[in-house]
Amino acid sequence: MMLVFALFFLFPLVLVIIVSAWDYNEYEMIPAFSLRGYTDTFEGCIAGLPELCTILKTYLKTLKLCLMTWSLTLLIGFTVAYFLAFHVRSKTWQIVLSLLCTIPFWTSNVIRMIAWIPLLGRNGLVNKGLEGVGLIKQPAEWLLFSEFSVVLALVHLFTFFMVVPIFNSMIRIDKRLVEAAYDAGATGWQTLVNVIIPLAKPGIVIGSIFVITIVMGDFVTIGVMGGQQIASAGKIIESRLSALQFPAAAANAVILLGITILIISSLTRIVDIRKEL
Amino acid sequence: MGEKRSQSFYVLGAFFIAYVLFLYGPMFAIYILSFQGPDGGLTFPMNGVSLTWFGKVFSGAGIVDIGAAFRRSLELGLVVMLLTVALSVAAGMAFRRSFRGATVLFYTAIASLIMPSIITSLGIALEFRLLDDFMIKHGTDFGLGAWAGGWTTAMGLFTSGLAAHLTWTLPFGLLIMFAIFNRFDARLEEAARDLGATPWQTFRHVVLPIILPSVVGIGLFGFTLSWDELARSSQAIGSVNTLPLELQGLTTTVTKPDIYALGTLTSAVSFLVIFSALIIILVLQARQRRHGSDAGKGMV
Repeated sequence: MMLVFALFFLFPLVLVIIVSAWDYNEYEMIPAFSLRGYTDTFEGCIAGLPELCTILKTYLKTLKLCLMTWSLTLLIGFTVAYFLAFHVRSKTWQIVLSLLCTIPFWTSNVIRMIAWIPLLGRNGLVNKGLEGVGLIKQPAEWLLFSEFSVVLALVHLFTFFMVVPIFNSMIRIDKRLVEAAYDAGATGWQTLVNVIIPLAKPGIVIGSIFVITIVMGDFVTIGVMGGQQIASAGKIIESRLSALQFPAAAANAVILLGITILIISSLTRIVDIRKEL
Repeated sequence: MGEKRSQSFYVLGAFFIAYVLFLYGPMFAIYILSFQGPDGGLTFPMNGVSLTWFGKVFSGAGIVDIGAAFRRSLELGLVVMLLTVALSVAAGMAFRRSFRGATVLFYTAIASLIMPSIITSLGIALEFRLLDDFMIKHGTDFGLGAWAGGWTTAMGLFTSGLAAHLTWTLPFGLLIMFAIFNRFDARLEEAARDLGATPWQTFRHVVLPIILPSVVGIGLFGFTLSWDELARSSQAIGSVNTLPLELQGLTTTVTKPDIYALGTLTSAVSFLVIFSALIIILVLQARQRRHGSDAGKGMV
């Protein structure tokens, strides 16, 4: 197994870093040291200050999408996990309901994205419904191929990654602690904030790592749901690749990697992943 | 947390139901729409009910060779499944004792799981591309002339594509194995050893039957994750596409419900695999209970 990872994960990663410092021309890479991959990426950034250049705007946009998705998945994921862990009492039901949440995860992401089109499109169900009720006169254009639809689809696809680790943490909370808090006169809310959330923190952190890394590198969902119009960090890499500018793509990958590692390492300060399995 | 169902139970229950609807609603919308009549468009209302669009998919009219992509994805999924099961079980067994590099392997697996897919994909693409360049330019210098002569590319479904999928499925397999062995009663193995079983007999007749339901679960993950995998394959698959890649390509060009029909078919395969795996797991667990084993309860 180590061999597989070494050959197809670690070694490629090292290559990405090496190639990011190679020179390149229109159609091939040249194995000579050059920072063109990086300088091209930030072309015009310093000259254009204080205006933000395209690349920085793109990263900011990616961060913004990431943040929105993260807060929504956290909210929904926590609530669902809380319900499953504390309000569903029989073990059988817990398994059945968790499976119900898991099954979509085993089906295709692309299809789950396409599935929004008949609902959100100009003649889609939502627009037709709102028109029918008389709330709007013209179909709302911002429903599909917009930031709204991107975040919606991301939440739809990846809340699962929040539910599982949080549920996993919650299920191990000793029910007697909750009882004790109740006996000591805590309200439901106080129990939640002072007992359950601190104890479920590892799950929250692990879920957050999943969601953040997925969204930071995502280009498929943003591409499909954004109508290929919204730029993101992942899409930059993809478009560089389709232009065969490997070093430039690699340079962007290294930047993205740096940002992601930064986020993860600040999150892992809070928990030790290995202890949580 | 009294004995009676509190009000919050109903509020949270309603929230849960809403979440499940949110999860499944859109999917069912396209399943229904794929049975659209011949005049139907991409949205509701339905214009009659027909199998027209399924026919279109099978006859290949207007769409790239879907049948071939379907078969490719299926084959790749099966290979990925077998490798994931074999490697995960082996690694899972190894991890029960500490060995050199255990921590490194563990963190590598986690890193592979959470690394943004595009970076992994790019790395693998680069790896194979550089190999190609090397073989074409210098192959003959190293006495590899026989290979290098007709060398075009090492990239392909079962080289770079397989590699990309394994970086995604193996971490899941490993984590499931951890979950299993955290709850595994090692005394059973000791008992087997005391009765004179060889290590292989112990594994074959004691350990494997107990963990089998979870192993089926790993297989389920291996296949479905590969079947639907998109981001990692995108740069690393070579010249041929898998089904999800074809589907993604179609989203920008197709304006007819045949894409829904294709979606329904793809999901049908997923559901078929999921439910057969679940049934196998249930049967195995029932058999364990009948035979009075006290291990393996409620795993997966």
